[in-house]
Formats: sequence, structure tokens, C-alpha cells
Amino acid sequence: MDSKISSEKPVGVIGAGSFGTAIANILAEKSKVLLYARNEAVVNRIKNEGISSGQKLHKNISGTNELQEIATKCDILFPIVPSSAFRSLIKDLSAYLHPYHLLIHGTKGMDVSTPAEMDNVTKLNRDQVKTMSEIIQDESVVVRVGCLAGPNLARELADLQPAATVVASHFDEVIEAGIRLLRNDRFQVYGSKDLIGVELCGVLKNIIAIASGALSGLGYGENARALLISRGMVEMIYLGRALGGNTEAFIGLAGVGDLVATCSSTLSRNFSVGYRLAQGEKLPQIVESMEETAEGINTIKIAKKLANFYKVRTPILDMLHKVLFEALTVEEALQYLMKYPFNVDIDFL
Amino acid sequence: MQASGDSYVKKKYAPILPGSMDWPVVQLSKNRKQFIESVIHESVSVITALHAENGSLKEEIEQTRFKEMLRVKQNPWNVDPDDDPAFWSGIKARLLKISVGNNEKKHEDEIKNILHEIVSRYAHEIQGNFKRSRYKLARTLVKFGFKRLLNASKVKGWRSVWSRRVTLQDKIQITGEVEQLRNLAKKGTVIMVPTHFSNLDSILIGWVIHILGLPPFIYGAGLNLFNIGILAYFMNSLGAYKVDRRKKNQIYRETLKTYSKLATVKGCHGLFFPGGTRSRSGKIESKLKLGLLGSAMEAQRHSLQHNSDEENHKVFVVPVVINYHFVVEAPGLINDYLQSKGQERYYVENDSFTNSYKILIFLFKFITKGSDISVSIGRGLDLLGNYVDEAGNSIDKKGRRINIRDYFISNGEITEDLQREKEYTRRLGEVIVKEFRRNNRVFSSHLVAFTAFNILKKRHSHLDLYDLLRIPKEESIISYEEFRKSFELALQQIHLLNQEQKVTIAPHLRDTPDKIIDHGLYNVGMYHSKRPLVKNKEGNLITHDLNTLFYYHNRLCGYGLENIV
Repeated sequence: MDSKISSEKPVGVIGAGSFGTAIANILAEKSKVLLYARNEAVVNRIKNEGISSGQKLHKNISGTNELQEIATKCDILFPIVPSSAFRSLIKDLSAYLHPYHLLIHGTKGMDVSTPAEMDNVTKLNRDQVKTMSEIIQDESVVVRVGCLAGPNLARELADLQPAATVVASHFDEVIEAGIRLLRNDRFQVYGSKDLIGVELCGVLKNIIAIASGALSGLGYGENARALLISRGMVEMIYLGRALGGNTEAFIGLAGVGDLVATCSSTLSRNFSVGYRLAQGEKLPQIVESMEETAEGINTIKIAKKLANFYKVRTPILDMLHKVLFEALTVEEALQYLMKYPFNVDIDFL
Repeated sequence: MQASGDSYVKKKYAPILPGSMDWPVVQLSKNRKQFIESVIHESVSVITALHAENGSLKEEIEQTRFKEMLRVKQNPWNVDPDDDPAFWSGIKARLLKISVGNNEKKHEDEIKNILHEIVSRYAHEIQGNFKRSRYKLARTLVKFGFKRLLNASKVKGWRSVWSRRVTLQDKIQITGEVEQLRNLAKKGTVIMVPTHFSNLDSILIGWVIHILGLPPFIYGAGLNLFNIGILAYFMNSLGAYKVDRRKKNQIYRETLKTYSKLATVKGCHGLFFPGGTRSRSGKIESKLKLGLLGSAMEAQRHSLQHNSDEENHKVFVVPVVINYHFVVEAPGLINDYLQSKGQERYYVENDSFTNSYKILIFLFKFITKGSDISVSIGRGLDLLGNYVDEAGNSIDKKGRRINIRDYFISNGEITEDLQREKEYTRRLGEVIVKEFRRNNRVFSSHLVAFTAFNILKKRHSHLDLYDLLRIPKEESIISYEEFRKSFELALQQIHLLNQEQKVTIAPHLRDTPDKIIDHGLYNVGMYHSKRPLVKNKEGNLITHDLNTLFYYHNRLCGYGLENIV
């Protein structure tokens, strides 16, 4: 693969968190990259010190604070911001977006259209909950959208370790662009047409990651984790299919691949939420002390209401919801799950 | 902007183009030789390209030849040319010769020749036979006939056929975005996509197009309709080209798509029923056949590639919803539906429009007894499913203008990406389905049928559909009180949906519930020999035909009314 810089327009990355920065560095190996951060101090560090989110930046990366600039200079954009900020970002950006833009996002969360009322309802249906690609199409004229998902722990990417990702889109063109821009000798890129399925993989695995952290927090080992991962995947598949994804996505790199990585890594934010809960800390304290968002917390809230609506059987999710929001202890939740009458191992293939 | 106003359009529109010589369709028929040559040329190159990689062209031709000979044998129609068997036998013989010899270059040429001949045969068959003089005559006939017959309905008796008291527009109500449609037809090329419930639709739309002062639209009409003399006459005259649904081979499909695409590029307004065939179930179409939408998409990209001014080369899609109190084919259609539900099986066209005489009888009954029809013109869309404004500019959800050229651009220039266009077409199909629902116009007859069938469904909730349709008559009696209560709830919900612009309603739905019910009962499936819903002597409701009741009920499926009634 040639590593020369093409004379094309630069590629834009929106969001300079740890994952956004890591992706910017990968993109910079082949293209000029414009990295947007909302916070001016962060942009100044990018410009002056060449550092973002604790990672040294490739020389091809320059920083910007202007959405207009990034949308005008770049045809291909990678929005990678927390899901809670995603809709407002796209709203602000949409004034500068045109149908020729390609957007490949890397955000693993769901959006509820009426967040204010969310705490008062016990059920949500699919029309009330949007994936990030749906937000892009809701709020802007861009239709050529895609997403990035896979076992991509930012720390390991930053350390230049080998890894792979999935680019999912309904458009071949978007998948091809993702492969062309991201692929290098230690970063493999797969394509998928199941955009919603792959997005849901990235979203739902965070639920199981919190549970995995909780198991570690209780001091349990790999048997317990393997049990959690395999049963967790079954739950993800049930829920994912109810929400419009296909089984295939969940048994691929973005599904089981990402699930294993996130559940095994103490680096993961969601994992540490579960770990600290099991150690006896309370959720508000944990959230307070975290630098970046643990998407899993909000995802559990939303996913529980979706499961209620679609009547999906999700014991792990139910228990996590009780632990997070209804003051059940992690030990009690585990006891309940171990008594849960599962009979059939796999019934969805 | 919304099509929710109750008022019906009832006025005379001046033609948007003064002289008929300016009509693109006239231009097309004047240069028909040249046009058909370009269709053949492009189709051949598209098909050749499709098979270039794996050299499977000969196989494709062989398969086509096989299917065609089978068709000739098993399913011949009156309209089929007499030399069909001879033509395909000739192809067979020539193909055989190719497999025995060994001169490759010569063989390739021969295969190309054969392909050219097949495509040329198809293209000539598809080509419409539009003639200006005949168009005018047919139009007059339709107008005259409809009008005279209408008058007979008001003052009973044949003599009144000659009075001038009722106009056609009293009976066929055109609502919605009429002015916009006229504007768009001046600005660019319009593709009209109506719902399809009856064979009457084509003639009806032809009349609407004329009333609105639009030049003729070309459209693909099922070849089976040309079997029937009187319909063939109107179809040919109104600008129809022929679509043969029996020919399910790639060569035919590509030729058809190319024909439609090139006509669109030439600026001919087009019309096709995206549901493919008439709705069997009576439900509004929810799955569309995307082939011809896809060729419109290609035409749009083609025009943008070759013209820098987007303004004058835009293709617009206008969804149209037709509503009837009564669909003459309903019993046959619903039977087809019930028989074939769940399986994609081949079925033989079998309907009540089998000969000219029956059609005349129907038209007479239909018009003399007075069953209203509404034609709702939806808001114009671009090919990406965005609304367009009065001037034809594409507008996003926030009211900002969109340059549609940008959708086809990759790295700064327009590219031909068929996968991308296929995806765009799929999205467009989804938007059209939504617009169908929104522009659907609720009639009293739909609502009584819906309410009655739902009461029965709830009463027998343990039965599946097929058993429900077989319950004995005495178990299908609904007391008027019970019916009225449910009906009112459904009516309220419909008004609510109407306010939310999720459906439109006929003016008669503003009446009192009892009057609406009477109106609905009088009209629902009024000429069927077995009425779907009537009052018995005690004033309670009974049905003589649950199947057609189910059919008329289906019209309002998908609005969530099931949970209300």
C-alpha cells in the first residue's frame, strides 16, 4: 500500500477525544487531516504542541475550531463525539453540509428524541430512538453516511498495535472511501452493508462491558467472563434484531470482536464503571470523576425501555438497570442471574 | 402547501404549452425512428457491458430464447405478433450453428447481431403509437362519453344523457397540489406515480392530465390491456407504451428501462404505477417496483452530466392517490390476494375487464349511479425524495435550498455509480410510500368497512383471517348501537390524523356520524352483486360478502386505527 499523501482535499475528524485522535492519526498516514475540537484550549494544544487527548499527533494533522472551515475544506468527515453531543453537533454543522459530503461516524450511543421526558416513560419504540447515522440524515442533507465499529481501544491504536475495524454503509462508495483512507499495514478494514446492525453492535456491547467490569470488581475470573460474553451476545442479538439489525453483524468483528475486546480490557471506560460499582462506589460519584463519557450508562437506560416495548428477554440488561438505577447490589444481581432458567443455548441461527 | 384542504379543484385550466406541436411526446413520435434507434443502441451496449466480464451473453440469449418459446406455447395472447414462433425458432437455429463451428470472431459478431435483433424486436413492441390526431379524438370521446353518461345519473333515464347539468368534475374530484404540478411540468420532466386499484386508473389519469392542461404523459401499460379493443384504442392514443409482464428476461427488462430513461431525458412527462400491478388486497401500496424509478434516476444523472444548468433539466416525482367508493374488480382481486398470500406464485390474469362490452357496461353503471372518485395530487418531490417548492427548487427539512447535482458528485465531479443510484432509488420508494399514506383520502365507505370488519375481527379474535372470512352469516350481525360507538371513535381518530397531516379526508366526513354512516353504507362497494355491508330490516348491519368487506377495510390499514375501534 502506498503511503504518499494524495493531493486531494483533507479528511476531517470532528471530536478530539481519545478515539477521535487515534483515528485522526491513522488517517494522517495517508492524507492531510483537519481535526476539529470545540474547546479552544484543546485546539491550541493541537496547533502549538501537536498533542491531543494525550496522544502525539502526526505531522499531517492540523487543528481547527471552525465547523464551517472543516465542512468547506473536507468532503469526507468522521464525526466522533459523545452521543449526548451528537445531535447538536450535526445541527450546527448542517448549515455547511451538502449532499456531496460523506460522513463516517465513530460514536457508540443512541439518541432519544425527547430526552426531557425520557425518565417518565417505561417504554420506547424504535421511532423514538435514533442511531447516529439516522441523526445525520434527520438533521442534514447528507445521505452518504457510514459508521466505524470494531475492537478499537484508543490506547492500543495510539501505541500502533495491530487492529481492525468495520466500515458499514448502504453505499459501496462510502465503504470504499473508508477502506482507502484508513487501511494500513497494521490496520485492517472490513466492509459491511448492515449499517444499523453494525451501529447497534457498537452501542449494545457497552452494556455487557459494564457487567464485565462488575465481575472483575467482584474478583471473578475468566469462566465467569466467558459466560457473560456468550450470554451477553445472545441478548445483544435479540435486542439488535428487534431494532432493525441482522444477526450477521453481531457475530462479526464489530459484534463479538468488539465485545470481547471491551469486556476484557481494563482500559475501557464502561468496564471501569462496572468495576467501581462492584467495589461499592455509587454511580453519581463514578460519573463525576470520569474524564470522558461512559456511553454504556445511558445506553442501559434507553435499551431497557426498548426491551420493554418490544418484549425482548434481556436478563443481564434488566439486572444492570436495577444495579445502576434501582439500588440493587452487584452481588444480588449476579445471584439472580445464576438462578435464571436458561434452557436453550443458541436459538437464533 | 399541504394537500389537506377539503375543497375540490373545479375549474378549467389552460394548456401549459399553447401548441401541441411543442409537446415532447409529439416531438418523440415525429422522430420515432431516430428515437427507437437510440433506444436499441443504448440497450445493446448496456446488455453487452453486463456480460462483458464473464462472457455470458450467449447464455443469456439462450435463456431468453428458451423462456420466450415457453411463453409462446403456454401463454399466448391476442396481441402477440403472428411471427413470434418463427422468430424464436430462427434464433434457436442460429444459436445452434454457433456452437458447432469454430470461428470465434465470426461467432462474436453473430451473437451481437442476434442480440441486436431481439432488442430491436422488443423496442418496436414497447414503442407507443402516439398520434396527435388520434389523441384529440380519443380525448373528446372520453370527455363526451363521461359527461353525457353523468347527466343520465342526475335526471334518471336515457333521454337526460343529452342534458348538460352535471360536469365530470362533479364526480371526479381533483385535489391537492394542482398548481404546483402545472408549474413543474413547465420547468422540467414530471414522473407521475399513482396508486393502482383498478384498470380504470389509466383512463382516469389520462383524463385528469388533460383537464389540468398538461401535455400527454407517456406511460407503460400492461400489454394484456391491449388485448381488449377499446382499451387498446385509448391507450395507444393517450401515449402509452407497452409493458409485457410475461417477459421476465434481462434483455427485455433492460430495453424497457432504456426506453423509459431516454424518453425522460428527452423531456417526455411519464406516468407509471409503482405498485406494479393493481393492489390485490385493497391496501395502499407499501412495496414498490423500483425498476422504472431507477431509470428516472439514471435519466436525472444523465441530464446533469450533460447540462450545466440544473434548473431546466430536473426530473420531478409527483405521487398521486386515487380513491374509490367502489372498485369493480374488488371481488376478483381479493380472491387473488387470499389465494396467493405468502407465496410468490405465477398467476394468470383473470379479472372482470375481459372485453369491451363488459367495460362499457361497467362505465355506464359506474357513471349513472354516481360513485365519487377523488384524485389527490401530492406535493412534488425531487428524485432524492426532497420536497420541491413552486419553482421546482429542492428544499431540505429546514427550508434550505439543495442543489441536487451534489448528490451525484464524488471528488468534485458527477460520477456514474449504479450502486449509489440503486440506494437512492430505494430511499425514494420509501418516501413515495409515505406520501401515498399522507395523501390518501378517507371516504365514508372506507371507514364503515374498516369499522365493521374490525368489530368482527375483535369479536372472533381466536380465529385466523381465513377462518374469520368463513364465519356464518348470523355471526356477522353487528348491532347499530355497537357499530356507531366504534365508528365515532374511528372518526375522531381520523380527524386527529388529518389535523396532523397524516391523512386527508373527503368533505362528507365533516357531517354528523349518522349521516356519514348512511353515506358510507350507500356507497361501499355499491355495484357488487353481493354487497359488503348493508342494514337489515331491524336496522343492524350485516354483510353479504366478507371478502370484499375485508378488501374495502384494508384501505385504512397502517394508520393504527385497529387499536382504537
